Amino acid sequence: MKINKTAKNNLITYLMVTGAFLLVEILSLTGNLTYHFGGLLVPICVYVIAAVSLNLVVGISGELSLGHAGFMCIGAYAGAFFSKLTDGALPDIWRFILALIVGALVAGIFGMLISIPVLRLKGDYLAIVTLAFGEIIKNVLNVIYIGKDSRGFHFSLKGTMALGLEEDGMVIVNGPQGISRIPGGSSLVAGFILILITLFIVLNIINSRTGRAIMAIRDNRIAAESVGINVSKYKMLAFSISAALAGVAGSLYAHNIAIFSATKFDYNMSILILVFVVLGGIGNIRGSVIAAVILYALPEMLRGLSDYRMLIYAVLLIAIMLFNQAPAAINFRTKIKAKLSMKKNERGSE
Amino acid sequence: MSFVYYLINGISLGSIYAIIALGYTMVYGIAKMLNFAHGDIIMVGAYAVLNMTIYAGANPWVAILVSIAVCTLLGVIIEKIAYKPLRNAASSLAVLITAIGMSYLLQNLALLIFGADAKAFVNIIDVPSLVLFDGDLIISGTIIVTIVSCVLIMAGLTIFIKKTRQGQAMQAVSEDRGAAQLMGINVNGTISLTFAIGSGLAAIAGFLLCSAYPTITPYTGAMPGIKAFVAAVFGGIGSVPGAMLGGILLGIIEILSRAYITSQLSDAIVFAVLIIVLLVRPTGILGKNIREKV
Repeated sequence: MKINKTAKNNLITYLMVTGAFLLVEILSLTGNLTYHFGGLLVPICVYVIAAVSLNLVVGISGELSLGHAGFMCIGAYAGAFFSKLTDGALPDIWRFILALIVGALVAGIFGMLISIPVLRLKGDYLAIVTLAFGEIIKNVLNVIYIGKDSRGFHFSLKGTMALGLEEDGMVIVNGPQGISRIPGGSSLVAGFILILITLFIVLNIINSRTGRAIMAIRDNRIAAESVGINVSKYKMLAFSISAALAGVAGSLYAHNIAIFSATKFDYNMSILILVFVVLGGIGNIRGSVIAAVILYALPEMLRGLSDYRMLIYAVLLIAIMLFNQAPAAINFRTKIKAKLSMKKNERGSE
Repeated sequence: MSFVYYLINGISLGSIYAIIALGYTMVYGIAKMLNFAHGDIIMVGAYAVLNMTIYAGANPWVAILVSIAVCTLLGVIIEKIAYKPLRNAASSLAVLITAIGMSYLLQNLALLIFGADAKAFVNIIDVPSLVLFDGDLIISGTIIVTIVSCVLIMAGLTIFIKKTRQGQAMQAVSEDRGAAQLMGINVNGTISLTFAIGSGLAAIAGFLLCSAYPTITPYTGAMPGIKAFVAAVFGGIGSVPGAMLGGILLGIIEILSRAYITSQLSDAIVFAVLIIVLLVRPTGILGKNIREKV
């Protein structure tokens, strides 16, 4: 059977993820997994999904988004909100699956909304608008109180008392304290399946007509437009899908911990995900998976390093950009390569 | 009277944003890049003043001059090491990501050197308060100094750009780098000079910011830096009066929304202003409309 190069490449990615999953499962079954590392597994899955989805925007669509954590935040709130409402009313597994879908849908809708101003902008402006959007989401969710009782939903910006709930009422969103007592559902298996689904969606988009159109817009917008590619449609598509997948990651995150607040999803988190994408290779999906796993797990395992973690990331970020992108560095590398191949040829002719 | 009080506070905060935004807008106009590390240079400047006055016991004027010198040097070094090699890179993302990396580097270095805890910034501005309307309206010395410095900087910068050869060179480089080079303008030198001026202004802004809001952490500069960029976009990026106008309007919007709506949402409102401005008039209030050529 003949497999073409992209299919083979994608297969390697899937097999790699599956292999890592099986390894961890075996370690866990044989009791070789420390409690500390076990607790890192679902967050790792969350960051892998987030990094892969951000790579769709940064690498494939070629736009710098600094608000990815904002979409995760929306997904987390929407998913947790849904779970709290339907807890007990639905079987746990269906509640969890539906919560993930709700998280994805709501984040995707926001992604579509924010892509409207984004479509008119490019480069630096786009980066700052996505950053602004992430901050707005964080700030707004931080002051909202939502409760539910027999009379329906109650909203307030003042506090839980201002909700005026009845005896049977339940506070769902509690301002700066976020959402608490979220029913569980996340597990490594769920995270693994979601990673596979995310990879399947993203890799298939990249290797489809849609993906080629998106990359054509990235490489030369005017040329792409002139051959009849609908720039707005494809940019919006890439942005919304990326946001929806970030929503899934957020929802997975929320169902892993019992309580979280919007301040967790700040600018630093967006940057951390961007670091994973850049260090894994912009546009390289498998690289994002590997970078997210290693860069998230390593500093957590080496506690002594945690003070220097962000410092090291910052230096790596600058160094990799200079090495990969600076014209002088590119020239230098091609020269070295030419010299090496010349030596090879000389040896071959001897 | 409280409205006037808030308005003056807003103009004062806006003046600080305007000074930062001037640095942003000049660098953006000439190097065509968003210098994310600009906000963190503010923080470095403020730490420099704090350490000079408290630990070295220097005279306030000396402290401010040292801080300006440190930031100017830092700005030029950052440009040389991190941004210059990427000036002709194929992808415009490269320099943006490097700038984010630089911003993180400065924050985390400050975190290691000065610690994460907030330090109290001692106000060294010794100007008496202005009492108006029989004590109904008191304008503090800090506010007076802030607004006066902003006006002086703005006037000085306008004269510099309009009247001096270096200023004209800056304008030329920002309009067409290639043509400027052909006319014999030292493009690298001009870009370095722009970073130097912008960073020097950031030092002043850092000092004024921490005099008005007297605590300092390694993250002090990040948010004002981003808001100043919003101000620069609001006023029209690349335009010096635009940065001033945008900064002051943004400061007023922030203080008024803090006073009359809620303090927790003031950041969200400021950012919403940015999104609306970019939707309605992407070139800002005083910006020029540039058509994209094929």
